[in-house]
Amino acid sequence: MALPGKAPPSTLDEFLEGLWRQNPVFVMVLGMCPALAVTVSAVNALAMGLATAFVLVSSALLVSLIRKMVPKEVRIATYIVIIATFVTVVDYLIAAISLELYEALGAFIQLIVVNCLILGRAEAHASKHPPLPAVTNALGMGLGFAIGLFALGSVREIFGAGKLFGVSLFGPDFQPWVVMVLPPGGFFVLGAWLLLFSWWRSRKVTRSPLPVGEG
Amino acid sequence: MAPESLTQIFLGTLLANNFVLAMFLGLCPFLGVSGKLDTAAPMGAATTFVMLVASLCAYGLNWLVVEFQLEFLRLISFIVVIASAVQLVEMFMKKYSPALFRALGIFLPLITTNCAVLGVALFQTAREYNFLQSVVFAIAAGAGFTLALVLMAGLRERLNLANVPGVVQGTALSLMLAGLLSLAFMGFAGLGAGE
Repeated sequence: MALPGKAPPSTLDEFLEGLWRQNPVFVMVLGMCPALAVTVSAVNALAMGLATAFVLVSSALLVSLIRKMVPKEVRIATYIVIIATFVTVVDYLIAAISLELYEALGAFIQLIVVNCLILGRAEAHASKHPPLPAVTNALGMGLGFAIGLFALGSVREIFGAGKLFGVSLFGPDFQPWVVMVLPPGGFFVLGAWLLLFSWWRSRKVTRSPLPVGEG
Repeated sequence: MAPESLTQIFLGTLLANNFVLAMFLGLCPFLGVSGKLDTAAPMGAATTFVMLVASLCAYGLNWLVVEFQLEFLRLISFIVVIASAVQLVEMFMKKYSPALFRALGIFLPLITTNCAVLGVALFQTAREYNFLQSVVFAIAAGAGFTLALVLMAGLRERLNLANVPGVVQGTALSLMLAGLLSLAFMGFAGLGAGE
């Protein structure tokens, strides 16, 4: 990136922060409950990710717009009500689009309310920034979350059912790893992704020329 | 669906459908507070208590919401009431047990955003439990949460003494452990279902 790093972060920088550097799933490990519960298949994971992104962006916009009006004492309560409103909207929206998906995601759509990621972003970012950066940042975070969920969901679907988006990948002889679709699989796959990331990061650290001697 | 007996609900929620290990609810405190046994048990107890309060509130609220045909307000009213209930519990605890209050610290207000608490309220509504069933469900969910938390804390305390490669340390290791625990809990599947 040719961006001047420090100073006030540019719009692109705000966007990329959530998408990669501070990825909510792999780096910050926030919002784990829906991340593990619904990522049995790639479609579910993607739907959940997009629903969360929608709530994240719209609540960031609203929180940022009213940030000067809300007294400090009741801000958390206000944020929660705003988030709950948008979650209700998403809940009815998904039920209207696809009843099948609605049944598959179940109570976890409503549980988006208590996703620590959304409240955390509202409190830490949107309440302190004007609408444009707030929304950009939320969009990056939301997409980062969706990508994270998709990464989990696709791995679990490929190994657990031998399919991706319902299309068979390995032919009829494939013996599905049932454990991948069951709860333990969720923990294992996320653990493995985190392992991969921390391995990659430690490799980068040892490779880059160090300005000062190692400890 | 045949009406479930209270024992079925209790055993099923405590072991077979453990909130943390099988339903993935309440993972943030599960990964955050399970470092030491001393904090894990009180945290579990506090969460259980909040769950019970939330469950009672949700039962009453749900009746109100259905009575006045305001179902679209259900989620919003649940979360607001739970948040206020947590605030109340916090105030009581500060007054009557300051030591416990200090020990739990930041995690007490965070119970509000513990999905397990809202999960209890939402699931009991979705499954149309009656009053007694709701209470048993909430207690079992809390006990299951505490059980998972304490088991995990014990494992992690033991692991502090082990020689673990650097890359694996941290969240990745906790998740792997949780996966193994969850695998073990799968052995309970079917318990409480067939009677």
